[in-house]
Amino acid sequence: MEWEVVIGLEIHAQLATQSKIFSAASTAYGAEPNTQACAVDLGLPGVLPVLNEQAVVMASRFGLAIGAQVAPRSVFARKNYFYPDLPKGYQISQFELPIVGQGSIEIELEDGSSKTIGITRAHLEEDAGKSLHEDFHDMTGVDLNRAGTPLLEIVSEPDMRSPAEAVAYMKKIHSLVRYIEICDGNMQEGSFRCDANVSIRPKGQEEFGTRAELKNINSFRFVEKAIQYEIERQIDVLEGGGEVVQETRLYDSAKNETRSMRSKEEANDYRYFPDPDLLPLEVDAAFLEEVRKTLPELPDEKKHRFMKEYGLSAYDAGVLTASRELAAYYEDAASAGGDQPKLVANWVSGELAALLNKNNLDITESPVSAAMLGGLVKRIADETISGKIAKTVFEAMWNGEGDADAIIESKGLKQITDTGAIEKVIDDIIAANPAQVEQLLAGKDKLMGFFVGQVMKATQGKANPGQVNSLLREKLKQK
Amino acid sequence: MHTKSLAQLAQGLQAGEFTSVELTHRYLERIDEFGPDLNCFITTTADLALQQAQAADARIAAGEAGPLTGIPLAHKDIFCTRGVRTSCGSRMLDNFIAPYESNVSEQLARAGMVMLGKTNMDEFAMGSSNETSYYGAVKNPWNLAAVPGGSSGGSAVAVAARLTPIATGTDTGGSIRQPAALCGITGIKPTYGRVSRYGMVAFASSLDQAGPMTQSAEDAALVLGAMAGFDQRDSTCVEQPVPDYMAGLEQDLKGLRIGLPKEYFSDGLDNEMARVIDDAIAVFRDLGAELVEISLPNTTLAVPTYYVVAPAECSSNLSRFDGVRYGYRCEDPQDLEDLYKRSRGEGFGDEVKRRIMIGTYALSAGYYDAYYLKAQQLRHLISDDFKQAFEQVDVIMGPTSPSVAFNIGEKSEDPVSMYLSDIYTIAVNLAGLPGMSVPAGFINELPAGLQIIGNYFDETRLLNVAHQYQQQTDWHRRIPEQFS
Repeated sequence: MEWEVVIGLEIHAQLATQSKIFSAASTAYGAEPNTQACAVDLGLPGVLPVLNEQAVVMASRFGLAIGAQVAPRSVFARKNYFYPDLPKGYQISQFELPIVGQGSIEIELEDGSSKTIGITRAHLEEDAGKSLHEDFHDMTGVDLNRAGTPLLEIVSEPDMRSPAEAVAYMKKIHSLVRYIEICDGNMQEGSFRCDANVSIRPKGQEEFGTRAELKNINSFRFVEKAIQYEIERQIDVLEGGGEVVQETRLYDSAKNETRSMRSKEEANDYRYFPDPDLLPLEVDAAFLEEVRKTLPELPDEKKHRFMKEYGLSAYDAGVLTASRELAAYYEDAASAGGDQPKLVANWVSGELAALLNKNNLDITESPVSAAMLGGLVKRIADETISGKIAKTVFEAMWNGEGDADAIIESKGLKQITDTGAIEKVIDDIIAANPAQVEQLLAGKDKLMGFFVGQVMKATQGKANPGQVNSLLREKLKQK
Repeated sequence: MHTKSLAQLAQGLQAGEFTSVELTHRYLERIDEFGPDLNCFITTTADLALQQAQAADARIAAGEAGPLTGIPLAHKDIFCTRGVRTSCGSRMLDNFIAPYESNVSEQLARAGMVMLGKTNMDEFAMGSSNETSYYGAVKNPWNLAAVPGGSSGGSAVAVAARLTPIATGTDTGGSIRQPAALCGITGIKPTYGRVSRYGMVAFASSLDQAGPMTQSAEDAALVLGAMAGFDQRDSTCVEQPVPDYMAGLEQDLKGLRIGLPKEYFSDGLDNEMARVIDDAIAVFRDLGAELVEISLPNTTLAVPTYYVVAPAECSSNLSRFDGVRYGYRCEDPQDLEDLYKRSRGEGFGDEVKRRIMIGTYALSAGYYDAYYLKAQQLRHLISDDFKQAFEQVDVIMGPTSPSVAFNIGEKSEDPVSMYLSDIYTIAVNLAGLPGMSVPAGFINELPAGLQIIGNYFDETRLLNVAHQYQQQTDWHRRIPEQFS
């Protein structure tokens, strides 16, 4: 049977506020345990939460960025359960009335197409602390530094149909939250993580299958692998005549498997109810207008502008707008490169991306500046150098040997455009290879490549291949 | 000295008739003498009190004193006080020393008041008789066999026996007004949001409110003025200026419209209590007030509504007491579940457990709509009753409690009958209105209280009405003979 997978993601983005969502303690990462936990974070008796306005601003930025309604009135609710790293015995979250309503985002797929993924809601909540099971000899340590850190939980519609789509969506949200500067996106530190709801159904069937919720996925690679594993597991279960049970499963990246944490029956009854310590959160139009004014051009807007303004494909535009920094680099390079936006795009997402990737560098750390790359493209466009020579020039620029013009000059890489000089070389080569000339004239057209190659070799690549080609054909015609 | 009003004490201090240290000594002696029999203090803080008194005397000498500087007080043991045990009447917090100060105690300390100690209370403020305290029952100074009411029973008794000039209390369903009535003192529960809840151990967050328990309305006006005000640490605290409550006291009551809810004077009301309240109302009529019969049709829904809302909130509020970070932890826990179960099982008393169970049930999946949500709807109906009433009248009056103090042990095995002793006070908390109890007479030698309910943030009028009544009556000056 052919199966179709249905995936929805719940992404937790840690908001980049200075202080916690309901207290004044710092949110900085990596401090000594329990040094950034005040009375409110410790859940001492009598202390009360006070909402951090910056968290509201950031959630509103997200809502505006995905075209969702930012609720004029949302409500904080308590999610009640006992755990040592949850000091109050409840987590303050939003349940029935979240701050961000329905929105959507576009993802780009490898085949060049785009797909819209619905976002059901996004809500504000506080993070829990951390239980430390090592180093305490039969005991557990609790670090409450993270307790009370603001999170935006972004819940997607079950719109994804492959692990690749899930990764593309997660990457898109990752890019967006960094674009709008509400999350540092640091996945190692847990600032951006997700749970995946995965189910399968026979292809063509309308209703969804029973889903499993995969927890603890903290990288793009793992989301793909965890979902892939889970799809195969569910297919095995169903094809073996079993039933998928609704449950929470933990993804173990070391073993690359998911395993059951708790079933629906064992699930906590969280006893949600509105938190009486916090008034309903009211966000008015004037506040939203102020927030809107501070938003940068959003990735999808930018992508569509790139397509229109630079004539790029959806895929290329998507790649180049993946981060604000990359998009800015591209635009600078394109303006320095004369009227060659497509060529610039190829260089940025081709040679440059490959070298950055290989050296594990970010676009902002590129040794080749946007202006330098633009300068190179200009020389390709005006035929000062060939595309092949350009790669040599690019490598030299990467190695810090100066800009394109200086390298072309110092290495003598300027393309030979003097017809007479090229004709002379061609004559010599024709004379030196009579047998091949004969075969070519007899119809073995493939040998054209051989002749062009010989000419390029003799000119150390500095001849223009197109020009060589046409001159060669003329000369041979005369034979 | 111990029978003086706050104004008289302040005058004595300013005039140098006595120092704050002398005054403090005097009350500490009385606490030593009478405190143990009444069991109204959990902790006394003599050394700290004397230090504070010295500082107050220095302020007075420097001419920097305010009207409360140097005057002793006692705090209900629900207010966190830095460096001093805050037990909330529970074994769970018997070892808890708060590392910070509640807003209420901080404001009163800033005004120069001197803390004598922390008063006994029903465990986590859950009770109407002060019998649920881990530290034992508190005795009513008018009759040591009787309860003082609750949950602020220790504060009420300490003021009634004049072991402190004033005490703080908190009121979630009547916990200031009912013990004030049963002990013959004055108590006011302000509008919800008038006083910051920061540092006050939470029972039911949407109902809890702190207020003063005093010998008179005038004293209450003075202390409430220092307690009230906006505090950004409590999101439910209302940003509204605090009026000068003292300035409003002398307003005459001609034309005051007093609402008498027919539901409060129905057949169910005890004859003796009806007589006391009728007598009190006659005083107001003589002062020129107009009496208006009104109806609060949803009165009978208040107790059942409260016993869903308050337990629901408390079941969540008390989750933090888990034996992990502070407070009681069971001996030798075997695993996490054992730690939770035994720490909470051993640390909480029966009434607290009962309410946690009720609240947990009411919030559970499948029951939430039928209980919690329904109770919220009823809460609106109850508020609307009052809203309509206040379109016709300025204040509402009736008994504070259906009866005078009952005997210790009389109702402790019958929670529902205990819960019904708050029948007149609870609706006020559900609506968030200010309410006050003033001594209005005696039944069988036990004090009875008149409840005065006001509109939102109309504490000025409540205090004015109570003060005018106290100009005509002397019930509030009566002191149990043994303690006079």
